Amino acid sequence: MVAGIRSIFDREFDEVRARLTRMSVLVDIAIDRSMQALADRDTKLAEVVINGDGEINKYRFQIEEACLTLIATQQPAATDLREIIAILYMIVEMERMGDYAAGIAKTVILMEEEPLLKTFKKLFKMASISRQMLADSMQAFSKRDPILAQEIADRDNKIDELYKVIFLRLIKIMAKDPEMVTRCTYLMWCAHNLERIADRVINISEQIIFMTTGTLKEFG
Amino acid sequence: MNDTIPGTHIEGQVLLKGMDIYGPDVDLALLRQRVGMVFQKPNPFPQSIFDNIAFGPRVVGLAHSKKELEPIVERSLRQVALWDEVKDYLDENALSFSLGEQQRLCIARLLAVKPEVILMDEPASALDPIATLRIEELMAELKKNYTIVVVTHNMQQAARVSDYTGFFWLGELVEFSPTAKMFTRPEQQLSEDYITGKMG
Repeated sequence: MVAGIRSIFDREFDEVRARLTRMSVLVDIAIDRSMQALADRDTKLAEVVINGDGEINKYRFQIEEACLTLIATQQPAATDLREIIAILYMIVEMERMGDYAAGIAKTVILMEEEPLLKTFKKLFKMASISRQMLADSMQAFSKRDPILAQEIADRDNKIDELYKVIFLRLIKIMAKDPEMVTRCTYLMWCAHNLERIADRVINISEQIIFMTTGTLKEFG
Repeated sequence: MNDTIPGTHIEGQVLLKGMDIYGPDVDLALLRQRVGMVFQKPNPFPQSIFDNIAFGPRVVGLAHSKKELEPIVERSLRQVALWDEVKDYLDENALSFSLGEQQRLCIARLLAVKPEVILMDEPASALDPIATLRIEELMAELKKNYTIVVVTHNMQQAARVSDYTGFFWLGELVEFSPTAKMFTRPEQQLSEDYITGKMG
């Protein structure tokens, strides 16, 4: 293919990629804010996250429509086609990640009446690792780097370890003090949502490997 | 020139900014300046590149001397991204160039008289894939300043280059939609069947 000859297609495709990047930023902000709201028991910030989820959803549908148009009107093939298919999967994963962040924010509002429970550093460690995984997955996407995508997938073990520790600790607390059950359950939801966020990033990594190598690979 | 064909009759109107082009008082020379035509098979005149471009401006009185024509020729060839390729060969016969270059020359020729509308009848069907893409890229550039109407049997080309698509079947206009809509959610079943290859 002569370099740069399909400028209409390239322009439209670049716009899709740019929107995908912006969507990932919105998701990252949602996760960050939801954890901040949790740390500070800030219900106002939690509502910002919940209300902002609509914007993430809007991006999903706009990118989906743009990909549909690209396929119908520009007949992409080979790597281009795989990339568009990968993007279609990635936006669904990101939209779910936004839902999980909103879910964490909802627990902040639900916990408002509950007495303060010391939250775990490990929970915030989970969030930090997940956010970094998301950022690195976008890096792997833009640089077409299957090795980085594979390496991101390997970090899921750390997330699973942290989740297990938090889960068992919360079970122990609930077993000891029934009055803690509600609070612990909400925190378990938070931990679960963070674990699912990381799982979604793994799915994104699988798509990046498919996009770059043509190989369908499943991690974990 | 349809009226030179025996038995031809015209029904309805074709309006160009409100003017019926088949009206009795229409100046055909002016009409042909306002509406340029690109044919399926490139048809440069058997003359130099320069004279091909200069022909139109000379006929309609836009320019006469070489000094007046030179900037017109250059501008027209730049508009079709042909200037750099041919600027040292302006005196060469147009027929000595590739078909893709000849087609771009034909487009440059009509641009020289500043049309309002450009009609293209399967403009790339005689060209190789790379030349076809160049013509399509040119269409995408030209449509910023000109209304372009393309007739093509190549659905994929219609999808790639156009903003609006009209689907004709046995002489009837079945559907006219924004192109993205036509190729993702056509309204008429006939359009759907044709685009998906179930019919036609």
